[in-house]
Amino acid sequence: MSGTRIEVAGATVYVGTGSGKPASDAACVAFVHGAGMDHTVWALPTRHFARKGLRVLAPDLPGHGRSNGTARSSIPAMADWLAGVFDATGVDQAAVVGHSMGSLVAWQFAQSHPDRCRTLALLGTSMPMPVTDMLLNAAKDNHHAAIDMANAWSHSPGGSLGANDNPGVWMLGAGERLLERSGPGVFHADLAACNAFNADEADGVVNCPALVIAGDEDRMTPARAGLDVASHLAGAKVVRLAGCGHAMLNERPNEILDALIDIVTER
Amino acid sequence: MADPEHRGPRPTGFDTLTLHAGQRPDAATGARATPIYQSASFVFPDTDFAVGLFNIERAGHVYSRLSNPTNAVLEERISALEGGVGAIATASGQAAMHLAVATLASAGDHIVASRSLYGGTHNLLEYTLPRFGIETTFVDPRSPDAFAAAIRDNTKLLFGEILGNPGLEVLDIPRVAEVAHAAGLPLMVDATFATPWLCKPLDFGTDIVVHSATKFLSGHGIVIGGLLVDGGTFDWEASGRFPTLTEPYDGFHDLVFAEEFGPQAFITRARKEGMRDFGACMAPTTAFHILQGLETLPLRMAKHVENTRQVVAFLDAHDAVASVSYPELAKHPDHELAGKLLPNGAGAVFSFELQGGREAGRVFIESLSLFSHLANVGDAKSLVIHPASTTHHRMDAKALAAAGIGEGLVRLSIGLEDPRDLIDDLGRALRRASRA
Repeated sequence: MSGTRIEVAGATVYVGTGSGKPASDAACVAFVHGAGMDHTVWALPTRHFARKGLRVLAPDLPGHGRSNGTARSSIPAMADWLAGVFDATGVDQAAVVGHSMGSLVAWQFAQSHPDRCRTLALLGTSMPMPVTDMLLNAAKDNHHAAIDMANAWSHSPGGSLGANDNPGVWMLGAGERLLERSGPGVFHADLAACNAFNADEADGVVNCPALVIAGDEDRMTPARAGLDVASHLAGAKVVRLAGCGHAMLNERPNEILDALIDIVTER
Repeated sequence: MADPEHRGPRPTGFDTLTLHAGQRPDAATGARATPIYQSASFVFPDTDFAVGLFNIERAGHVYSRLSNPTNAVLEERISALEGGVGAIATASGQAAMHLAVATLASAGDHIVASRSLYGGTHNLLEYTLPRFGIETTFVDPRSPDAFAAAIRDNTKLLFGEILGNPGLEVLDIPRVAEVAHAAGLPLMVDATFATPWLCKPLDFGTDIVVHSATKFLSGHGIVIGGLLVDGGTFDWEASGRFPTLTEPYDGFHDLVFAEEFGPQAFITRARKEGMRDFGACMAPTTAFHILQGLETLPLRMAKHVENTRQVVAFLDAHDAVASVSYPELAKHPDHELAGKLLPNGAGAVFSFELQGGREAGRVFIESLSLFSHLANVGDAKSLVIHPASTTHHRMDAKALAAAGIGEGLVRLSIGLEDPRDLIDDLGRALRRASRA
């Protein structure tokens, strides 16, 4: 099977596993998707790490993808929910990888559950992560313009014309369809949570090994913001992708996986 | 208070996409044109990367039956133009059609299709697929209710051509899509006659689009090719009718395509299974040729349509012509629908019935000079054919009548010549035909 279903906080949650069949003592890697998305954005890396024998958890956040429940309204609430996924699957600790909103969740998780975060990888990140009123208002009305804005701004100017490494896949179309699957109110809840996130309210310290991946042409979370996040993580490694936008898992799938391998498998 | 007039960024224009989608200057050489990667296979950087490619954890190319960099440009470009999530270039339009059916249906399954189809598609559905246990019920393309009535428990697909062949019945895509979706089924449309410049079926509720790229998409008539486009719109899991996409696949280590690839499930399975096992791939040089044609699609289609309008007007007023079937004519039964689905024009293929029946048709065709008598449409050059004796020759008189094809029906594909020369050629042939 490609994934599994578990119960977390009274709701059924879908967790992508990359079709893995890990050993009971396998190290774990958890992936947290971005606003309005689901676990399918991690299709390639989840399959890689599953083949490598890691236990893979790529949950659909509440109300997203195949998971039931209500979308959480804050990043800390999402991080606590992620801890619930760990509890429900019997996972003590994992490498935690997050993209965009998921990067905030991963960072918050590392703050509030430091013993459970072995390593941390933040893709397309920014703290704070402000969202324009134009996008928030459109998402609040469940208007397609919100999808159009997010999808267009998530791709680099070059990426908006395609030519990715995944044969025959039109990135803009794929991104649009995925966001269209998001239920009413879910995208807005995510964006509002990003907009309201305040890293200064976290009182912990992230001490685990960390990686930040930044796209030089990221219009949603500019590379300089990602570098600033990295500067506050002791010893964090940085991978900059020239010409890459925010939708880096689509634009540069192989380079993303290459960058993740060390941090995810580090013990 | 939220602004009710939300507006997203302006998307890249159609004309720009026909030139740029899916391709950037070649990283290795700087070549501006899409290079022809005429290579059967591609070197793996290392063994682990190789395993990753086979296991769908890496993006890239293994073997040109599965994917090829030149073909990938074409696939992205048609996806961009149609508004889909992805596409596969195939050896022919027939191969694209077969790939779609084989990805969704298995022995014991059923299709509901318009009865006004390209003869090759009709042959596949009527005669060949039943040998593999897949049956088709053919229905009136103008009756969404007939589509609904023909759906069975084992139906997997509704199918039609946006412009029926050769009668140019306009498929009521919004209503047939509604019928399909109400039954938990996808609608697939052959948009060969329209091209995305005239109509994007996905915008009207279609889920899958097939093209014969041999025709207007290429425009030059020098290659055979097909394209299968996945709209990414259909919810295979909610439907519950598609085990090939929602249940573990033994042939890929229990992969469940809908779970792992979401909106790209259909096109991923089609490539990973259908291209792997049936192997009806497009040659990279063919993809290159089609790309050259696509670059001028907007210019060509506008000229095709303008020429067609002039020729239709000429024939419609001619005494030797019994009737002309073209959806832009007010008397065409689908005139209003065509205005809605095909606002830029109803294409450049149409048919007309000669006074004098079969013999007049023979004399007419043999009297033409500029028009070429052959089995194709969508060339830059004008073409003519007599369906009853060629593309639809396997159909008896009753079946022909049911498909709206008279024995004296002549189909024209209007090219890019000076329309005055085309009209002169037709006028000469009509005079000879009327004396036959």
